[in-house]
Amino acid sequence: MKLTLKVWRQKDRNDEGRFVEYIANEVSPDMSFLEMLDVVNTDLVKKGETPIVFDHDCREGICGSCGMMINGRAHGPGKGIATCQLHMRSFSDGDQIVIEPWRSTAFPVLKDLMVDRTSFDRIMRAGGYTSAKTGGIPDGNSILVPKPVADEAFDAAACIGCGACVAACPNSSAMLFVSAKVSQLALLPQGKAERVERVTRMIAQMDEEKFGSCSNTYACEAECPKQISVTHIARLNREFVAAQF
Amino acid sequence: MTLNSKIPEGPLEKKWSNHKFNMKLVNPANRRKYKIIVVGTGLAGASAAASLGELGYNVHSFCYHESPRRAHSIAAQGGINAPKNYSNDGDSIYRLFYDTIKGGDYRAREANVHRLAEVSGNIIDQCVAQGVPFARDYAGYLDNRSFGGAQVARTFYARGQTGQQLLLGAYSALNRQIDAGTVKFYDRHEMLDLVVVDGKARGIVTRNLINGKIESYTADVVVLATGGYANVFYLSTNAKASNATAIWRAHKRGALFGNPCYTQIHPTCIPVSGDHQSKLTLMSESLRNDGRVWVPKKKGDDRQANQIPENERDYYLERLYPSFGNLVPRDVASRRAKDMCDHGFGVGASKMAVYLDFADAIKRLGREAIFEKYGNLLDMYKQITGEDPYQVPMRIYPAVHYTMGGLWVDYNLMSSIPGLFVLGEANFSDHGANRLGASALMQGLGDGYFIAPYTISDYLASNKFSPVDANGGEFKAAENSVTASVNKLLSINGSKTVDEFHREYGKVMWDYVGMGRNKAGLQKALKLLPEIRSRFWKDVKITGNALDINTELEKAQRVADFMELGELIAIDALHREESCGGHFREEHQTEEGEAKRNDKKFSYVAAWEYTGKTGNPKLNKEKLEFESVHPSQRSYK
Amino acid sequence: MSLTGLFLTIFLIEHLIGNLLVLLQDGGAAFETYSEFLTSNPYAYLPLRFVEAILFASIILHAWSGFTVWLKNKRARLTKYKEYGIAENTKFASRWTAGTALLVFLFLVIHLKAFFWNIRLSGEHVSGYTIAHQTFSNPYYTWFYVFSFIVLGYHLYHGFQSAFQTLGLKTKKYSTLIETIAVVFWCIIPLGFALIPIYILFHPTTLALAK
Repeated sequence: MKLTLKVWRQKDRNDEGRFVEYIANEVSPDMSFLEMLDVVNTDLVKKGETPIVFDHDCREGICGSCGMMINGRAHGPGKGIATCQLHMRSFSDGDQIVIEPWRSTAFPVLKDLMVDRTSFDRIMRAGGYTSAKTGGIPDGNSILVPKPVADEAFDAAACIGCGACVAACPNSSAMLFVSAKVSQLALLPQGKAERVERVTRMIAQMDEEKFGSCSNTYACEAECPKQISVTHIARLNREFVAAQF
Repeated sequence: MTLNSKIPEGPLEKKWSNHKFNMKLVNPANRRKYKIIVVGTGLAGASAAASLGELGYNVHSFCYHESPRRAHSIAAQGGINAPKNYSNDGDSIYRLFYDTIKGGDYRAREANVHRLAEVSGNIIDQCVAQGVPFARDYAGYLDNRSFGGAQVARTFYARGQTGQQLLLGAYSALNRQIDAGTVKFYDRHEMLDLVVVDGKARGIVTRNLINGKIESYTADVVVLATGGYANVFYLSTNAKASNATAIWRAHKRGALFGNPCYTQIHPTCIPVSGDHQSKLTLMSESLRNDGRVWVPKKKGDDRQANQIPENERDYYLERLYPSFGNLVPRDVASRRAKDMCDHGFGVGASKMAVYLDFADAIKRLGREAIFEKYGNLLDMYKQITGEDPYQVPMRIYPAVHYTMGGLWVDYNLMSSIPGLFVLGEANFSDHGANRLGASALMQGLGDGYFIAPYTISDYLASNKFSPVDANGGEFKAAENSVTASVNKLLSINGSKTVDEFHREYGKVMWDYVGMGRNKAGLQKALKLLPEIRSRFWKDVKITGNALDINTELEKAQRVADFMELGELIAIDALHREESCGGHFREEHQTEEGEAKRNDKKFSYVAAWEYTGKTGNPKLNKEKLEFESVHPSQRSYK
Repeated sequence: MSLTGLFLTIFLIEHLIGNLLVLLQDGGAAFETYSEFLTSNPYAYLPLRFVEAILFASIILHAWSGFTVWLKNKRARLTKYKEYGIAENTKFASRWTAGTALLVFLFLVIHLKAFFWNIRLSGEHVSGYTIAHQTFSNPYYTWFYVFSFIVLGYHLYHGFQSAFQTLGLKTKKYSTLIETIAVVFWCIIPLGFALIPIYILFHPTTLALAK
């Protein structure tokens, strides 16, 4: 396959950035999207140019490092996959592909397609945990969690923190991300003791990071590689409302 | 160098509790005065940093990722072992200890393994308290499943994402300490050197991956929890950035490297699809419960799998191992697959794969039942290969996925450099020559939550620390050597990319130092590897500059270190004239093709010392004493 | 926003039921009684004025919070995507809430001028029934109203579900119910409102009967 790529190139945080066109020749349908970019980068380096920078690591859809807007879709076409799981057989010979970084005030571009998602970590530090000390913990079976509850908590906990929800949302809202943690810990008995403080602090931090507000378009759920449901956002909202009383 | 493993006196089951009592303590009011650097934020690093911070030490945590949650522990699928005996099937601490020692083919320290089995139960409790959503039954109790190498169900799991959930638990504990101000976190900082002052580890030199600045950080203790080195083979199931740089540079500063040749090869991975392949994906080996492995009887048969009639198929595992069939242990299955391909029976475009066929199981149990059991795995396979495993047989091939070797540590997890502690996959301890499934997560968290916090306190309380200065001679010298190597790499401006060199090096490693090793092959590797390394330093091409985000430069540093470590692996494999666990020397096998140990000559840990010249290491031996179990020939018949 | 939105929704239901009295073939008697009650019943006067004040406050608050959220969300993404496939993932109604809100607001201004001003503030004693008939015999007015009700329908369709989601009440158990009721707001309520001007437009004689 031969493809035309329009890739966002930006030197650093302060650079204005622009689209640059590249031709990717001899793309095999078995390649993953990132492997296709590897091939383009090898050519660039050989020509003495700087390669396209993007975050990636595990390349099996679990570390949450990779993420880019591919033809206007977070992680590209296809449901329930991260960019590294997208394969070139989803495209046809002669296609043009527009590749952009996640765009959000809370995710400033560091270089090319690499963005700074430390705002997510700062939200997590604002109470996205139980204050369990190391050691001195009673037996695991002393806390009973029926299977349906454990399963639902797991569904929320499956979040990989890639930022696709923010990228896809017309408002750059981080509600799905925040709700995944709040909902997981709200469902489990272990999380109940600190629920008021947790939801209050995490929401405050989310606002401080300049994420937008949820307007319930559910674009996040549609693009989430782990298909986390917006019912967790409803639970987050419930926790938040309850925390006001 | 004399190696003192510092294994405590007393009976096996009392060693750890006695030792805990005998260790010195640091007064809570004084802990803030001690500075501890923890490099790496996977299961071991995050749990150690969180626990040490909670104790009140002044902890500084470093990782090269943007966030601690990106560490590769996140990708572990199966589960974590603990002998809770919730299944009432006769499990005990001793049984877990025994299974692990045996699984490691009697090449691990008894005392370490027993301690690991002792603390493993606490790990489950700890993770539950953090909110890890382990699988539960309808009454709310924790669920268990069985795993390879054990006859009891002791594996705790969170669907196929146990590593992710445990890491997020440790990440949340770390976040809590960062929030509390006891841990300071440095993202996108890669450790490039260890600084040793007056014989003690006293700090590190890092490169800030955003602006390229080379910076020094001082400490009283340095903890490395930087994972394994499977990427020395280029293609492995490890994440792209997983590397050996931190432990390798510590090795070059004097830390001994233990058993580098012990690498584990997993039999069921999705095969390479072409030269563009950047990494391999593991598929749970549970697939072999219902899938049948076969190749065509005719060499180089190009027909589609479904067009090959039954009588022209060779179900070689069932033929060679009539009693175990497709369920032979990992290493045997891996080696046989390689054999078949080496002899021209491989399938698929690359001819480097064998079939794993579900047709019979679908006929017998129905498509629904297969979907219930393996749906997510089969979907993953389809996603990557574009083939529907319900229609055509899957193609599989073995891949490197874990390294049992690592920096040598004593019972306290301290390396041969005082003040340098090494945790998790980065150290060599506990798994011997082969790691059992669901044990890696156990070891990482055991080291971080329940072992290192005690032993590091003991070290701090037992030593005096003169102040060190980040602008002092040793730090400046280390910074200068790091800067020099960065500049050297950028100045070469050759013709081949880092990946091209890495791929070439990895191929030699895989071909001669991989699954099946022999003397001639290893000797050949030891000729080829240094040659590639010397070409690398003359002909690598890296664009961009040093004071910027430069991913090619980052890779080049890591690959440069792999190119030295690879040689040590080959040297270790050549010297170990026996087969044990993941180390298979073709000259040393039983008639049935099983690994044949030589306990008389090789019942020791090979701890290699850097002598200042790559390819010329000095061997130190730590003899393994077995008081509780008696090494025997592992049999799977 | 959700609270004011839900309150306004309740008002809409009341408003619709009252308005449908216009369609009764009684020459406006029932509607006039209803109107009289709302404006001049001495016992209901104070409470109704109080509710009216809350109603206006809700409209203003609803609009204001909508505007501030809109502004905040604009600031949350200053660089736009070159390609943005949002339409592939979301419903029209949810993407265009701000747009429909703006049109509804415009409608409200015109509507208040035509009815509220004339009936309550102009000082002349005119009946709502008469004004309705005068206004909607003008087809421009009628079709503008009908168009506005369609827009309102989309606004409500999204807004109704959204309010429950925001208040955390849209749980798995009730989400189907909420979504079904949202469809009522999407078509039945706007349809009810639209019936009145359309009916009047096509039956101009009813006004003559009233005289």
